[in-house]
Amino acid sequence: MKSLFGVRAWFRSGTPWIWLNAGAIALCLVMVIGVLGLIVVRGGSHFWPADLQQTEWSPESGQKKVIMGELVRAETVSAVMLRESGATVPAELEAVTRYLVKVGNRDLYGRDFSWYMDYEISGWTAPEGAIALERRERGNFYGFPLKLNEGDTLIAEGAAMWPELLKRVERANGIFQQMKDIEKNDISRINNQIEKLRLTERRLVLDKVSDAEMAEFKAQAEAENKVLNDEYAVIQQKLDQLRAESNRDNLVARSAEGREVTISLANIVKAFAPNDMSVWQKTRHYFSGIGTFLTEEPREANTEGGIFPAIFGTVTMVILMAIIVTPFGVLAAIYLREYAKQGPLLKIIRISVYNLAGVPSIVYGVFGLGFFVYIMGGSIDQLFYPEALPSPTFGTPGLFWASLTLALLTLPVVIVSTEEGLSRIPSTIRMGSLALGATKSETLWKVVVPLATPAMMTGLILAVARAAGEVAPLMLVGVVKLAPTLPIDGNFPFIHLDQKIMHLGFHVFDVGFQSPNVEASRPLLYATALVLVLLIVVLNMAAIYMRNRLREKYRSDTD
Amino acid sequence: MNQDKLTVPPVEAELKLSDEKIKLQVNDLKLYYGDALALKSVNMTIPEKRVTAFIGPSGCGKSTLLRCFNRMNDLVDICRIEGEILMDGQNIYDPKIDVAELRRQVGMVFQKPNPFPKSIYENVAYGLRLQGVKDKRILDEVVETSLKGAALWNEVKDRLHDNAFGLSGGQQQRLVIARAIAIEPEVLLLDEPASALDPISTLKIEELIYELKDKYTIVIVTHNMQQAARVSDYTAFMYMGDLIEFDATNKMFTNPSQQQTEDYITGRFG
Repeated sequence: MKSLFGVRAWFRSGTPWIWLNAGAIALCLVMVIGVLGLIVVRGGSHFWPADLQQTEWSPESGQKKVIMGELVRAETVSAVMLRESGATVPAELEAVTRYLVKVGNRDLYGRDFSWYMDYEISGWTAPEGAIALERRERGNFYGFPLKLNEGDTLIAEGAAMWPELLKRVERANGIFQQMKDIEKNDISRINNQIEKLRLTERRLVLDKVSDAEMAEFKAQAEAENKVLNDEYAVIQQKLDQLRAESNRDNLVARSAEGREVTISLANIVKAFAPNDMSVWQKTRHYFSGIGTFLTEEPREANTEGGIFPAIFGTVTMVILMAIIVTPFGVLAAIYLREYAKQGPLLKIIRISVYNLAGVPSIVYGVFGLGFFVYIMGGSIDQLFYPEALPSPTFGTPGLFWASLTLALLTLPVVIVSTEEGLSRIPSTIRMGSLALGATKSETLWKVVVPLATPAMMTGLILAVARAAGEVAPLMLVGVVKLAPTLPIDGNFPFIHLDQKIMHLGFHVFDVGFQSPNVEASRPLLYATALVLVLLIVVLNMAAIYMRNRLREKYRSDTD
Repeated sequence: MNQDKLTVPPVEAELKLSDEKIKLQVNDLKLYYGDALALKSVNMTIPEKRVTAFIGPSGCGKSTLLRCFNRMNDLVDICRIEGEILMDGQNIYDPKIDVAELRRQVGMVFQKPNPFPKSIYENVAYGLRLQGVKDKRILDEVVETSLKGAALWNEVKDRLHDNAFGLSGGQQQRLVIARAIAIEPEVLLLDEPASALDPISTLKIEELIYELKDKYTIVIVTHNMQQAARVSDYTAFMYMGDLIEFDATNKMFTNPSQQQTEDYITGRFG
C-alpha cells in the first residue's frame, strides 16, 4: 500500500505536470534546433572547398576511365533494387555502396553529377595539382592545368603558371566588372532616356497636339536621339574593346580522363586548387564564398551565383509594407478603440478584422491580383501612363502591389496589437490631460498614442515576421524567378514601385522545385533558407530593439 | 531658532459663509448614473480663495460632486445632470460653454499621481503648449514658478529633463499640482490628493494646500477627517448623495448642527 500512497502523493504534488510541461518545451526545442541545424549544416557546408577525389572507373560495359570530382554523398542500397532498375550487379553482392560525385565539366560530359558503384571503381585519391574553376557558364571545371596563353603566345607552363593564372583571372574579373558597370549604369541610363523620348512622343500624339508642335518636338527628339545613339555607339565600342581584352588570355587544361579543353579567362569567376590548400586558405575561400553568395546575382537559372537581388527585394518589400501598414493599422485601431460607438455593430467589425488574420494568404494573393493589379493598376495606367499602353506600367504585378497585398495581410495583426496597447493606457492619464483643458484629440495624440507606441511596435514586429516569410500571395502580385534589375537604382525616380522583384521565400521555392539542376541547387536551397531565417531574425531584432527603447522612454509605473 | 516660527498666528476671526465672496454656486444639482440618482438636489456655495473640504463615507457622492465643477462627469456616457452650477455667475453647464476652456480655469488633481510619460519639464509645460505657447523663455519661467509654487523646484531643478516617472509618489503628486497651477486656474479641485501617499508626503501636500489658498479657490475631497480639519476653512459633509451639513470647519468639528455629522465625525459610523 505504501507504494500506491507514494504514487498518489507524487501525482498530487504536481510533479507529473511539471514533467509534462518540461517535456513539451524540450520537444519544441528539439524541433527548432533540428530545423536550424539542418539548414545551417546543409547550407553552410556548401561553401567549403571540398577536396577533388580521383579514381579509376571500370564499368562492366565500356572502357576504363579516370574520373575526378567532389564527393557529394555515399549511400548503401540493396543489390536487388539496383538489379530491378536495370543495373548489372555482380551476383555475389547483396548491398552496394554508391557515390554521388560532382564531376563538373558539363561541356564535356553533358551533366555534372554522376553515380558510381563501389564495385566499379578503385579507391579514391586526392591528386596534387588538380584545380577547380568556377565558370560563368557551363558549371565548374575540374582537371589539371597545362598551358596559359595570351592569344597564341605561351605565357607560362607547369608550376610557374599558377600565380600567373590567378593574377590574370583577377584582371579578367576586373574587366568583367567594368563591363557590368557600364551595362548597368550608362546603357541603362541611355535606354531609359530613349524610352522616355518615345513615351513623350506617344503622349503628344494621344494629346492631339497641333502638327506644328508635333513637328517641333520631333525635330528636338530626333536631335536628342542622335546624341544618345552616338553616345551609345561610343559605349558599345568601349564594351567591345573590353570584351576583347577580357578574352585575351586562355587556359589549356586537361580533364581527368585526358581530354584537353581551352577555357577563356573571361569565363572564369574563380580558380582554386582545393587539394593543395591549407585549412587557413580553405577558411578564407569559405568566407569569400559566403560573401559572394550574399552580394552577387544568381547565374545559370539560379543554380549558381548569389542571391543579392532576392535579399534586396525582400527587404525593400517588407520595409514598404511596414510603411503602408503602420499608419493604416494604427489609425483604424484608434478609431475602433477611441471614437467608434461601442455596440453590436462595432463588435461585428472587430470580429471581422480579427478573423481577417485567419484568411489563407493565397486568398489575399488572388485579391491583390484581381483588385490591386488589374483594377487599381489598370486604372492608374489609363489615367497616368496612357502613352505606355498596351504594355502595362502599374497594371502588372510589381513591388508596390506586393507590398500593398502584404500590408493588407498583416493589417489585422497591427490593429489588434494597437487596440490592446490603447486599452492598457490607464484612464487616469487621459483624465489628467483632459483636466488640463486638452481636447480629446489633443489628449490622444500628445499622451495616449505615444504611450501606446510600444504596442504598435509589437504589432509591427509580428507583421514583419509574417510578411517576410510569406510566399504564396507574392507569386501572384509581383515576385518573379529572376528580376534583372533592382527596384532601386540611379534613374529617376530612383525607387521603381512598378518593377518586379525577387524574394527569398520564392527563391527557395524556385531553387527547390523549379530548378533544372537539382543536385547543383540543393545546397543553395538550404543556404537561401538560412539567409531568409537570419533576415527575419535581424528584422525582428531591429524592431524589438526599437520597441524596447520606446518602452524605456515611456516607462510607466503602471506597467 | 527663528523668531517668526514661534509667534502665534493671529487668531482668525470666526469664518462665516455669509461674509465670503462666492466663487461657485450649486443650484439644485441632480446627477444620475443611468437611472440611479447619485446626487440628490445639492445646493451650496464655494467661497473664493478658501479651502473647502468634502467629507463623507465612501459612495456618498463627494467625488462625483467635485467632478461636476470641471465637468469631468461628461466623460461618463451614462451620466446625466440636472440643475446648474454658476461660476462667477455663469452657468458652466450652459451648452455654449467651451468645456476645454472651463477645465483650464478649474484645474484638477487626482487621487493617484498621474504624470505624463514625458520629462518633468514637459509635464509642467503641457498645459501651456496646449494653449500654443512656444516661447522658450515664457515656458522656462512658468515651469520654474509652478514648480516653486508646488514646493518641488529644489528637488528637481537639476533634472528637469528626466522622465517624470523617476520621481517618488509624493513628488509626482506635487508635480501634478505644479502642472495644474502652471496654467493659472481660478479653482483647484483636489480628489483625495494624499490618500496614496506616505505620511511625510501627505504633510508636504497639506502645507502646499495651505500656501496655495492665497491664490486659488480650493475644493478638496478627503477621507481623512484630521486632514479636513487641518487644511480646510469650510467643510461639507455628504451622505448618500445628500449634502447634510456645510459650515465653517471649526464649527463642523466642534459643534455640528446635525446629529448625522456628529456621528460621522466622532466615528460612530462611516
